[in-house]
Amino acid sequence: MADHRFESVPAVRESLQSVNYLADEGISGVVYLADRLQKPILVEGPAGTGKTELAKSVAKMTGARLIRLQCYEGLDESKALYEWNYKKQLLRIQAQRVVEEGGNGKWTEIEEDIFSDEFLLTRPLLEAITATEPVVLLIDEVDRVEVETEALLLEILSDYQVSIPELGTIEAKQIPLVFLTSNNTRELSEALKRRCLYLHLDYPTLEREKEIVLTRVPDVSDHLADQIVRIVRSIRSMELKKHPSVSETLDWARTLVLLGIENIDAEQAKDTLHILLKYQSDITKAAKELSTNGSR
Amino acid sequence: MLDLLAGFIVELRNAGLPVSLTENLDAMEAIKHIPLEDRDAFKYALAATLVKNNGHWKTFETVFEVYFSMRGPHYKISDLDADDEKLAEMIAEMMGQQQNQQGGGMEGMTPEELAEMLYKAMLNADQAMMRAIARQAVQRFSGMEPGRPVGGTYYLYRTLRNLDLDGVLERLMQEAQNEADGGMTDLEERLAKDEYEDRIDKMKKEVEAEIRRRLVADRGAEAMAKTLRKPLPEEVDFMHASREELTMLRRAIYPLTRKLAVRLARKRRHGRKGPLDFRNTVRHSLSYGGVPAEPKFKYPRPSKPEIVIIADISGSVAAFARFTLQFVYAISSQFSKVRSFVFIDGIDEVTSYFEGVEDVMEAVHRINTEADVIWVDGHSDYGHAFEVFWSKWGKEITKKSTVIFLGDARNNYHASQAWVVKEIEQRARHVYWLNPEPKAYWDTGDSIVSEYGSHCNGVFECRNLKQLEKFVEQLT
Repeated sequence: MADHRFESVPAVRESLQSVNYLADEGISGVVYLADRLQKPILVEGPAGTGKTELAKSVAKMTGARLIRLQCYEGLDESKALYEWNYKKQLLRIQAQRVVEEGGNGKWTEIEEDIFSDEFLLTRPLLEAITATEPVVLLIDEVDRVEVETEALLLEILSDYQVSIPELGTIEAKQIPLVFLTSNNTRELSEALKRRCLYLHLDYPTLEREKEIVLTRVPDVSDHLADQIVRIVRSIRSMELKKHPSVSETLDWARTLVLLGIENIDAEQAKDTLHILLKYQSDITKAAKELSTNGSR
Repeated sequence: MLDLLAGFIVELRNAGLPVSLTENLDAMEAIKHIPLEDRDAFKYALAATLVKNNGHWKTFETVFEVYFSMRGPHYKISDLDADDEKLAEMIAEMMGQQQNQQGGGMEGMTPEELAEMLYKAMLNADQAMMRAIARQAVQRFSGMEPGRPVGGTYYLYRTLRNLDLDGVLERLMQEAQNEADGGMTDLEERLAKDEYEDRIDKMKKEVEAEIRRRLVADRGAEAMAKTLRKPLPEEVDFMHASREELTMLRRAIYPLTRKLAVRLARKRRHGRKGPLDFRNTVRHSLSYGGVPAEPKFKYPRPSKPEIVIIADISGSVAAFARFTLQFVYAISSQFSKVRSFVFIDGIDEVTSYFEGVEDVMEAVHRINTEADVIWVDGHSDYGHAFEVFWSKWGKEITKKSTVIFLGDARNNYHASQAWVVKEIEQRARHVYWLNPEPKAYWDTGDSIVSEYGSHCNGVFECRNLKQLEKFVEQLT
């Protein structure tokens, strides 16, 4: 395809910003490259750092349809790629019999007929490449499927095509932008990684997180946002089971705004910690550490 | 450019990153689309195509810095002066009153003035200033001479010692205290401290980068890359890990155990099928009109071994024991029971420390402080520890137990009492010995690992997380 979606890296960044997603240099660079090289992006990182949000935002900003495949253990090709509509096929055969009472309709004819597009149920992957309009394909939490199932994805990721034994190979009408997200619960196979561009989303820097809070939470004052992100950074530097994610920071900010708090003191921080942290042991630990003056 | 990139990729491979040929081609393709002047974009383009594992990012960054950041013309040392002049103006502005006395930028400053500048830069979080000071400090304090075969860490140490960053931190905190008259709350104080520590970290990085830059200019990128080559987290040696590396290991171990647990659970579920389950087959045949079309199999009941860990926690191998304990407890759901004993020259059971504790780290910490493991002098005595173990807990070893010894078997020339291991071997299902020392050192000096090992079902070298993970996986 000759025409590209994006002009340049800064352009990507700006348009992402226009849909309220604050990308840094790395994110916008990789999105830009994915378009130019026509390669999928594998997004990895801790939970709640905006992996899925990135795909959604890109879809929104390019005005493309988002097709989402949520992965889970036991996902197979009938759920991910395509499936024959057996019931409809059966009905078709029976209808044939009724019409030609006497039964001289040739079997091969029927066979050709029942294995045609009409009886094919498209599942997300096939849908993404047969779509004529621009599409963003999001394969969410790809680390949840078994290693063997990963192989299903390989053909579509590298060649943008799907082979169906009865029909032949279906090639993409347009190249979709593909995002794969992974929470890194297991190592993905080399074959999959090789086909993708890799993007690691980590917790944002202090400045960026503050920007995020300011754009995403209405009515938050600059001072409060600053305090919020600094406390969150402080909590992230502790050794906890689960560090607060960006989405949890946002939730916390919203809560504080709702409570009408303008200036967080230790007491209030402790009372609302359960929004940031989800383990009791973490909460006690953080509460204890926050009330000491940091002389570790 | 092509040559440079090829060299870069070779270096990445040398550093242990798996870079395949297709990835190499992708990288070449990618940089075609990126304006080469834009260093950040260039870096991310390479990273996106070459680095597919977050643990490898740091290695990549170092190699990248060595190969690319220091080659541009404005990085030549001789051109620094031009840069410095601009900075000198800024500095002069900041320092106001001293404007007149200063002719040659920072060269003419006294150490006290430099310290003052540093403090001001930190207070305002002024990046450009910090960089300038880093440059100046390295030039002044590191005592770097061309061709000197000294590692970068030596220079780093010298420079940082002279900058006295801890002192600066203290002063900054003091200043913050004064500013907020009426005193700060604890929370505010903590936040301020975090902020300043962050800035100081940045400063340290500046200094590091400066030293590296100078070294590259001196020795060339290839040689430099080689000295900077650091092991990947999963390959860091337990016994020689620096403090920084130990923190890194601690961070790396949690995702590793989580991955392993997922993998083991999966293996169990999708494991080999057992013999035909007649009842179940007949039951399912009903839906095929009595024809047993779909044979059903029994799933083998997975064996859950009972693990007994006997760990040496004397100084030399403490880190290793800690990581192994942490690892085993993290996947303790895969075992029916885990019991742990620690010893130096006395032995103590520490199983109860892990009970009802969510945080394994805390339990490990308690072991180090509370367990009663010293009998005479606190030097490893395997023989005595084993003897006590046998008389106290020996009867509790059963056919179901898998016994794992952790230690380097450096017995300080005490009696070995290897018969205990032999007795245990006869009672237990398996006996393994994990040794954190490289194989080449076994049985040298006071190490008697093969004396014990001859009674074990297996003796493994276990120097890094990778080997440890592999061992634990095959244990279940």
